[in-house]
Amino acid sequence: MSNVKKITGMRLFLPIFCMVLVMAVNILYDVASGNFALNFFTISIRNGVLYGRLIDILNRGSEIAILAIGMTLVVSASAGTDISVGSVMSLAASFCCMLLAGYGVSSTTDLAMPLIAGVLGGILLACVCGAFNGFLVAYLNVQPMVATLILYSAARAIGLLLCNNLIVYVREDSFKTIGGYLGFIPTPIVIAAVCVVIVAVILKKTALGLYIQSVGINKRASRIAGLNSSRIIFLCYVVCGLGAGIAGVVAASRISSADSNNIGLNYELDAILSVALGGNSLGGGKFNLAGSIIGAYTIQAITTTLYALGVSSDVAPVYKAIIVIIIVTIQAPPFKAYMKKRSAKKALAKGGAAA
Amino acid sequence: MKGKKINSNTLLLLITIALFFVMYIAGCVVYANKGFTHLQTFLNVLINNAGLLCVACGMTCVMLTGGIDISVGSLIAMDCMFLAVGMERWGMSAPLLCLLVLVIGLVFGAVQGFCIGYLEIQPFIVTMAGMFFARGMTAVISTDQVSISSNQFFVNLANMKFQIPFGAYTNSKGVLQIPFVRITVLIALVVLVVVFLMLRYTKFGRSLYAVGGNEQSATMMGLDVKRTKLKAYMLSSFLCSIGGICYCLNTMSGSVQQALGLEMDAISSAVIGGTLLTGGVGNVIGSFFGVLINGTISTLVKTNGKLLSSWSNIAVAALLCFFIVLQSIFAKIKESKK
Amino acid sequence: MDNNVVLTMRGITMTFPGVKALDGVDFTLRKGEIHALMGENGAGKSTLIKCLTGINAFEAGEIHVDGINGPVVNHSTLDAQKKGISTVYQEVNLCPNLSVAENLFIGREPKTKLGTIDWKAMVKRSEQIMKDLDMNIDVTQNLEEYSLALQQMIAIARAVDMDCKVLILDEPTSSLDDHEVEKLFKLMNQLKDKGVGIIFVTHFLEQVYAVCDRITVLRNGQLVGEYPIADLPRVKLVAAMMGKDFDDLAAIKSEESPTFTDADLLIDAKGLSHKGTIKPFDLQIHKGEVVGLTGLLGSGRSELARVIYGADKNQTGTLKVKGTEAKIGAPIDAMNLGMGLLPDDRKAEGIIGDLSVRENIILALQAKRGIFKLLPMKEQIELADKYIEMLQIKTASRETLIKQLSGGNQQKVILARWLATDPDFLILDEPTRGIDVGTKTEIQKLVLKLAKEGKGLIFISSEIEEMLRTCTKMAVLRDGQKVGEITESLTQETVMKAIAGGGANE
Repeated sequence: MSNVKKITGMRLFLPIFCMVLVMAVNILYDVASGNFALNFFTISIRNGVLYGRLIDILNRGSEIAILAIGMTLVVSASAGTDISVGSVMSLAASFCCMLLAGYGVSSTTDLAMPLIAGVLGGILLACVCGAFNGFLVAYLNVQPMVATLILYSAARAIGLLLCNNLIVYVREDSFKTIGGYLGFIPTPIVIAAVCVVIVAVILKKTALGLYIQSVGINKRASRIAGLNSSRIIFLCYVVCGLGAGIAGVVAASRISSADSNNIGLNYELDAILSVALGGNSLGGGKFNLAGSIIGAYTIQAITTTLYALGVSSDVAPVYKAIIVIIIVTIQAPPFKAYMKKRSAKKALAKGGAAA
Repeated sequence: MKGKKINSNTLLLLITIALFFVMYIAGCVVYANKGFTHLQTFLNVLINNAGLLCVACGMTCVMLTGGIDISVGSLIAMDCMFLAVGMERWGMSAPLLCLLVLVIGLVFGAVQGFCIGYLEIQPFIVTMAGMFFARGMTAVISTDQVSISSNQFFVNLANMKFQIPFGAYTNSKGVLQIPFVRITVLIALVVLVVVFLMLRYTKFGRSLYAVGGNEQSATMMGLDVKRTKLKAYMLSSFLCSIGGICYCLNTMSGSVQQALGLEMDAISSAVIGGTLLTGGVGNVIGSFFGVLINGTISTLVKTNGKLLSSWSNIAVAALLCFFIVLQSIFAKIKESKK
Repeated sequence: MDNNVVLTMRGITMTFPGVKALDGVDFTLRKGEIHALMGENGAGKSTLIKCLTGINAFEAGEIHVDGINGPVVNHSTLDAQKKGISTVYQEVNLCPNLSVAENLFIGREPKTKLGTIDWKAMVKRSEQIMKDLDMNIDVTQNLEEYSLALQQMIAIARAVDMDCKVLILDEPTSSLDDHEVEKLFKLMNQLKDKGVGIIFVTHFLEQVYAVCDRITVLRNGQLVGEYPIADLPRVKLVAAMMGKDFDDLAAIKSEESPTFTDADLLIDAKGLSHKGTIKPFDLQIHKGEVVGLTGLLGSGRSELARVIYGADKNQTGTLKVKGTEAKIGAPIDAMNLGMGLLPDDRKAEGIIGDLSVRENIILALQAKRGIFKLLPMKEQIELADKYIEMLQIKTASRETLIKQLSGGNQQKVILARWLATDPDFLILDEPTRGIDVGTKTEIQKLVLKLAKEGKGLIFISSEIEEMLRTCTKMAVLRDGQKVGEITESLTQETVMKAIAGGGANE
């Protein structure tokens, strides 16, 4: 009993448990459909690039992982979530493609300006969006989700305006590389890894992690202890915007186009789910970046598995929504108190029976 | 006794009402040649936004408690799809389907309300899950665009015209145009009046204000806060389902992409109408004007003809932003006065 | 049950994590009596009342209410209200966004025949209630338009109007002025004549002797005794509240009173103020000086300190720190000038609950160093261990979450947080609130030790005795204004007189 508790009490229990569960489902599926049982784990090289379901999950999950970084910080510092990330992704993608193709051009094979300028432009605009959210939350004390609701609905519309209501195609190889392959490794995996490492190093080498958690747990006390609470919250939103920008550019490059209506659709749910699945409380405070990252890939694994099981992309959110509700219910204090009471009663009944 | 002083809250409402008239009159002046001045244009704003008005009433109630409900747009899509598929594919009767839709709304709201009231989970998280759930369920029912044409009762209901005895005019072809409204407008106005009376004259209505004003105090004064919240979300989803029926009567179809972003319109209507995001202050009359402003913006964009429809999204978002900032500034002024 | 008794509580026991808040407490209330519930901060008065009104669940004991068979357990305030137990709390528990009339009647609104709220009747009855209490206000206005004192009176009016057998007044007078207190007393006597039993919790001794019939004293969660008012003169009451430890605490301060020169001047505030909380004041603090700020709750003593520290921004005046003019926009500026503030609301502004003891201790020092200069883990551990040992913080380990510690130990951690920054000037706002007597003495000794090391301190406490033992100078505040300073003949009497106003030291 106590051993079980020790394991379930571990910080990374929830995300790893879910990951194992998803793998088990995959093995069962493969066995049931008569494939090789460990198909899920097989990695091979085809056409000179890595190939396999695991690689696919790592690759497709890159955007969510990048978003999850920013989302983790935002949740921790402000006890609210940024629901604009999907839309901001789309905006960044649109702006990036618009810069690369030139305004009003719907398809191009030549870049109108250097690749780096377009990419940075997209990312910068996303940072501005993050700063806008951060300003509302940190300095005007607007509830995070209401503040980000503004861009949640406006960012896509702005993206459409930037692209003149067109789907802008940028069919150019250097641009395609971002969402394609670097040698034999999918580039998004590399980008996500670099982002994670950079953030992890910053958290390790500076006091940022302590500051964010402190502000998230008790904003007023942190101010008295000399932290600039507002600035820290603001910073988290900018980082979240930055992440959304990078994810947006990657997503655009994958399909060599800026499809304002579809890029980043429902990604806010995935990002928030990653954070919750990573064992972080959506009520803010303590955070665990590793958990969120594992959570992100778990979500992608769930998505991929759902698709493999024949669930359409329109229906997939149903399952994810149910998972969110289950996780937050488990985290909810009244639920915890209820379970505690029940187990106490059970123990009492047991004790009574023994006596 | 002194008359009631104008405080910052009534000031917000006055700004909204003034804004509506300025906007509408500006539209009349700029687009006079496109028929903006006719009464029917105004009535069309009402007809097009009848569903939104119902939803905004529910949203106002939820926001009064200090919460929010972003599942409404998806719930409407689910309702419409259910109605459309029910009539077209399963051949069920329209009244029964409408009744079922209302029951679904109540159950949906009860689950959300339970999570928020009794499990104390953040409203945003719960209703966001609700939003994705309902949108997904819409796709589960059908991923096609389903039009309603075979159910005669429903078609007749949708085509019913209620003529208004004044404001008639002769159009360029010499045909007399009598202004009219659809049944959806009547439904929405009834909802508006009922909710208005409920907020003012029932214990539940006042409890919503009390919970939003100070949750702890409300508990101390013996109100059942958890139950009030549960009921608020049930009411919101129920009114949203009524709105869904209105919406369906307008569009006569169901599709997964329907009512995308409607939650944004409903929230902005309430906020523009003077409902405080922190809860405790607001009124459906304000939300009514909020809906009118929303409708006027999209009508203006449409009447212009050259502007992309994204502009109306952006304008609504900008307006919401403006009012949020305004609220925040008023709150800061109040704080510093204390 | 005795005919005359409306309420008995027997053997009430309740524990907060780590602390026994109530240990077998008995309490008896008779019809038509005003019964004072006395005790120091943290003695268990509020907890006992919360057990009675159903906010806290007690673990053992029984409550009996007149007219109800069998033991009573309330699960909510509503439950308690239905059984005739109404409460008015220290902080106003009404809804600021509703009208006065609604606040009086919410939950029991008069109804029309249709079952809807009868606004006319509600307003009319509200006006009558207000008139009976000699308050002439517009009941249709929102509550937030009125002063805190009026709001308090409205809260009492609400409780009174609910036909209660037991009325609990929990520190109702802390925001009222003398005239309003008198009105309240008149009202209490009226209710007493009607046979209502009133439990009166207050810090003000004079008020107890002005209205009460009986006193029950608690100390550290235990019952000291129940006394008729005539049997317990003031001195004995204070002794009962403080316990025998009183003698141990005496005379820890050396008798010689030091002299200060301008060269030692640490803080020189001229005309500082914050709108709505503290009117312009001057204050000088020297090295090695402990300045006490005294006054009633809400008199502006915390607010004065907060303005100096920059927790609330000063809007007028100038502040010189060590002779140079300082601009303080936020606490961090004050910290960089060598200041520290231990806030009075430990839970809201002190501890970071979900962080460990170590992280809580190093937080301020880290903030001072800046984000890029992370304290190496080795130093963090050394610092944490040093202060855990020095202040004898009782914690399982340095990585234990601070929220799992008892109040006294939490306070020591916050103290350690500031000591770690090595401040020149430290503000301690109610550092001993809710802390056991032993720890109190330790903190007082520490204050004196810091002063000896040449640091300047502001010491704020509700307990005058404690301030007398530690302070070299006292500033007296009333109604958000500094009304005087006492440097010589610091005795309970002079200080009390100054606080009460009307004469001395104006």
